[in-house]
Amino acid sequence: MAAAAGFTIADRNGRGAVGVGPVRSIDVPNAVITARDLRKEFGDFVAVDGIDFDVAPGESFGFLGPNGAGKTSTMRMIGCVSPITSGTLRIFDLDPERDGSAIRARMGVVPQADQLDSELTVVENLIIYGRYFDIPRAECRRRAAELLEFVQLAERATERVDPLSGGMKRRLTIARSLMSEPDLLLLDEPTTGLDPQARHILWDRLYRLKQRGVTLVLTTHYMDEAEQLCDRLVVMDGGRIVAEGSPRGLIEQHATREVLELRLHRDTVGDVAGQADRDAAALATIDGIGDRQEVLPDRVLIYAHDGEAALAEVHGRGVEPVGSLVRRSSLEDVFLRLTGRTLVD
Amino acid sequence: MSTPTVVRVWESEFAVYRKIWHSHVLLAFVQPLLYLVGMGLGVGALIDVNTDSSASLDGLAYFEFLAPALLATTAMISAGQASLWQVLDGFFWGNRYRAMAATPLTPNDVASGLTLWHATRTLIGVAGVAAVLVLFDDTRSWGLLLAVPAAVLTGLAFALPITAWSSTRYGGGSFPTIIRFGLLPMFLFGGAFFPITELPGWLQPVAYVTPLWHGIELCRGAVIDSVSAGNVAVHLAVLGAYIFTGWAACRIMFARRLAP
Repeated sequence: MAAAAGFTIADRNGRGAVGVGPVRSIDVPNAVITARDLRKEFGDFVAVDGIDFDVAPGESFGFLGPNGAGKTSTMRMIGCVSPITSGTLRIFDLDPERDGSAIRARMGVVPQADQLDSELTVVENLIIYGRYFDIPRAECRRRAAELLEFVQLAERATERVDPLSGGMKRRLTIARSLMSEPDLLLLDEPTTGLDPQARHILWDRLYRLKQRGVTLVLTTHYMDEAEQLCDRLVVMDGGRIVAEGSPRGLIEQHATREVLELRLHRDTVGDVAGQADRDAAALATIDGIGDRQEVLPDRVLIYAHDGEAALAEVHGRGVEPVGSLVRRSSLEDVFLRLTGRTLVD
Repeated sequence: MSTPTVVRVWESEFAVYRKIWHSHVLLAFVQPLLYLVGMGLGVGALIDVNTDSSASLDGLAYFEFLAPALLATTAMISAGQASLWQVLDGFFWGNRYRAMAATPLTPNDVASGLTLWHATRTLIGVAGVAAVLVLFDDTRSWGLLLAVPAAVLTGLAFALPITAWSSTRYGGGSFPTIIRFGLLPMFLFGGAFFPITELPGWLQPVAYVTPLWHGIELCRGAVIDSVSAGNVAVHLAVLGAYIFTGWAACRIMFARRLAP
């Protein structure tokens, strides 16, 4: 256990930043989840193409990637509701194929789409779900009351689920997944489709769970979410893991400290060819500024340790962009660097 | 002492049913009553004056002929209701079966629990019809105690194959077809309102392979005490074949859908 904690701390200090070469397995003592060369195929389609990872007890571990990267397929295999095609997968040191029920008994699942019973009330949803785990009714009622306090839905307990807002339904789904007091909580895109305030409430609750020692495994395509919640994450693309590390470590390894975003022109109507020529000329002029440049359809990203200095250099070479922004590098930049694409198309 | 997994699934179905039980029970009670009064007494008054008709009804008054069959038809309709959109909802819209599959319950548990629930729900509906039959002198019979389980088997013979079909669907487009060209013709021509010997010769074998006719024969035979042991065995075997095939198909389809 001490070794696992030590690992996590080392990881926070940017373990990912020193890694070189292809991403391989990381051996974590007492790992909650161990995957080696894990594959999932549906007919000819390869959803997960041989991935390795370990999740330590109490860790908050994320799968980051665009739609179709294989995140949900991986989560479904971990959730023991989708048999693996090949490779090894152990959860609580058990085999999902043989001990699926026993593993699921210790695991909470927050699916991508809410699966609440819309005919039932808020509290009935929790009790019925607890009964699936064979928790006695009285104990279900006790836990339900406690969990509704935790997710701030106590005053809605006897209302039907239908009229609840998206954020409330999500919180209820989380409460439901906690009815069995799981050691491991799986969250598939927990805040997709929620407004910013609802997301922050949810993040806060998940952070508290983490403090209680619950191991969190989540998928997301939001960089801010991954930075908020994850101790460590893997970036997935096309069914493979393309990078692994702490959010900060990944940024340090794959991006510079700051990014200068330049908008070279306003949206042009008409003279498209002429604008393209002017852009090309401007790009040639600013070539070489910063460590690296990324040209996107609507803007140019210049990766530099000092963004303001880079902007001064752009002005110095006589280029006047219509807009500029200096910001800190994010996981979005890491992803762009690794895959050449933005995360959310 | 742990609760059997099928019972946990059943509890969940029952919790939802408690919200809508009035409409189900009312339908199961009122619809047969309307048919009994309208067809049994109304049309029956016209039929019973003709002695030839009485002969083709095995000497029964039309009311006596029709009434027990309504146990089986109600079982069929109730089972159909519970096996189409409601099942699809569990996989596709509300996803309650997916929620169950994320817990210690397995796809098999879900399929078996749902089977137990189908039997319960059919029993509730059929009990409503039986209560109606008890109201009339001509159909008040101890045979009802045998007819009710026969009707429950009839319900399962529909519920399980239809549930297996619904569990493969991604929309309810085929469901009205199943009702209009499957359940409704059986209801009309399956031997409830007239003996299938009145059907054109080529159509009679069709009636023999439908579960409804076998269910009707069992229910009618039980209430008026007129069925031979050999026939009972055949009727039970046909219903059993539908039930077993449907159940096996449900287990396969549920596993495919819930653990792909």
